[in-house]
Amino acid sequence: MSKFQFPESIKSRPVYGTLEPRPGKSHLMIADAEGAEALLDLAAQDADLMAKAHIIFIPKGTAYSDKLQALNPAQYYEGPSYEASVQRLRHVLANAHQGTQVYLAGTEGLMGQAQNEAMQAGIPHTAIQTEHRGSVARRMQCVHCKGITEDVMHDPFQCAHCGLHLFVRDHYSRRLAAYQGVRVDAEDHGNIPEPVELYK
Amino acid sequence: MTIQFNNETFRDDYSFHNSDWAIKRFPFPFHEDSYMYSVNMEQHRGGPEGSVYEKRFDVDEHYVSEMRDRAMVLADDPLRCQSLPHMTLAGWDLLELIMVSKSEDYPDLFELHRDGNTWRWINKPLGIDDTFTFLDETTLPYGPMEYITRQAQGDFCVLDQRDEMLWMDAGMVTTQADWSLDFDIGMNFFEWHAPVPLAHEMGIFKRALKFLLNIQQGAPARRLNWTMTVNPLLDTSPENYHKWGIQKTTLTPENIGSKQHLRVELQTFFRLPRSNALVFPIRCYLISFQDLVTMPKWGRRLHRVVRDLPDELATYKGFIDNRPMMLDYLSQFDDGLPTSPGVFPDQDTEPALQK
Ligand code: HEM
Repeated sequence: MSKFQFPESIKSRPVYGTLEPRPGKSHLMIADAEGAEALLDLAAQDADLMAKAHIIFIPKGTAYSDKLQALNPAQYYEGPSYEASVQRLRHVLANAHQGTQVYLAGTEGLMGQAQNEAMQAGIPHTAIQTEHRGSVARRMQCVHCKGITEDVMHDPFQCAHCGLHLFVRDHYSRRLAAYQGVRVDAEDHGNIPEPVELYK
Repeated sequence: MTIQFNNETFRDDYSFHNSDWAIKRFPFPFHEDSYMYSVNMEQHRGGPEGSVYEKRFDVDEHYVSEMRDRAMVLADDPLRCQSLPHMTLAGWDLLELIMVSKSEDYPDLFELHRDGNTWRWINKPLGIDDTFTFLDETTLPYGPMEYITRQAQGDFCVLDQRDEMLWMDAGMVTTQADWSLDFDIGMNFFEWHAPVPLAHEMGIFKRALKFLLNIQQGAPARRLNWTMTVNPLLDTSPENYHKWGIQKTTLTPENIGSKQHLRVELQTFFRLPRSNALVFPIRCYLISFQDLVTMPKWGRRLHRVVRDLPDELATYKGFIDNRPMMLDYLSQFDDGLPTSPGVFPDQDTEPALQK
């Protein structure tokens, strides 16, 4: 599957790279959905990596499980959702060796949240790589009620918490792992534009 | 002079008003007839007597009412004041800076008595007389930054300096021009400035950061920034934009003179001694168009600036839709005469309006 090229944007918006094998005693890999393809590509570059790898994978309805397990990682875990996996992730990060390499792949929401956990656990940002694959959906915070809406594909969208219709900004908070949503009809109540798919 | 504190509101009935004194000393931000972003920084070492630049932390007639408004904002939304755990020492630094400055600059209003680490702080306008132990958080009703910034006009960002970068790691932000501390906390200088148009491409933020990283203790700096606000609303936050945004549509040719306000921020920069953090106070001054044009030079100049401002800036500052109505109003106060250089009104030398 070809990778989506995000258009050039403002300076708070994260940019993602391409995963590459790095030397290290242990390798923590966290991916969701099509992010699995980035891990498969990584393994293809360096087959020895997997003997020291712990994979945390959230399939989100995709069928990559067999292929990932066939890489024979030292540890493999599949979670039904990011939220369900996060306790385990924290535990693994808290016990990570110095020099652990972290590889994040998949949607922006997954990478942003996992990156946050890794930084909070004291993993230096130079030891964290990211690669976007799959859905271009955004994790959005409503600036008014502070509620998070996951997997937003359209602009404007309706806040899952307070119900306001929100404009999708490019301003991004790493701490929240979310973009900012702002009431679209604040200056003309009720005038809500037809939602358009992101990047279309 | 002794200050007569106004009893006024910045919401609902908007009874905010400026006295003749406040109008004359208003920090008009345009030193010429046009405006574009620049690295407009200078030393903050006083200014003309009575001007807002004279003291380290200006106190004016709005002080008591502004502090009441801040308390209301915080009661509604405590997230407007946040401090990441490593910023407590910087909070104490800030408390010291403000207490020392205010008690020295306004001895009739504020007193600080220090006996070792036992400090007694008297704030007469707000009726506060507290004794506490410096550097002991348990002896104050709030953390040190929150305690002192509930008693100081303007917003405060406290920036940690590390890796040749500034990080927005603490702040008290209730009078902001449409940005969110809760969203921006933890960001670096380039990230929190990301939404600003044109200035990144102009290299302004790179140069500004270099300047800020080198600010030394005892050598503060300052700059002005400005925007437009309909009604004298201090809390133009994104958090409440779904409530106040609609007020922008209430302007009419009849009410624009009293409703439309120029909003000016006097921004200062101080290095803090123990933490090496940088504090960035953002003091907001509001003036209605009808008060502003009582100074003929300011009326002429504001018309020209608003007329010629690039669309990107008028959009970012949120007044592009109202610009035509503003220009209809302001053009009445522009007779085409030249204006004197500099920001001061020059009342004695500038000619009266010739129309
Ligand atoms: C370290 C202290 C500073 C802090 C905390 C700070 C913070 C901010 C924030 C939060 C915004 C709003 C961005 C948004 O739209 O979300 C802003 C805007 C801006 N800042 Fe700063 N800033 C600082 C220093 C400076 C300096 C030194 C300059 C010098 C050129 C500068 C130039 C600007 C400009 C031009 C804007 C756009 C304002 C407008 O058009 O209304 N800032 N700043």
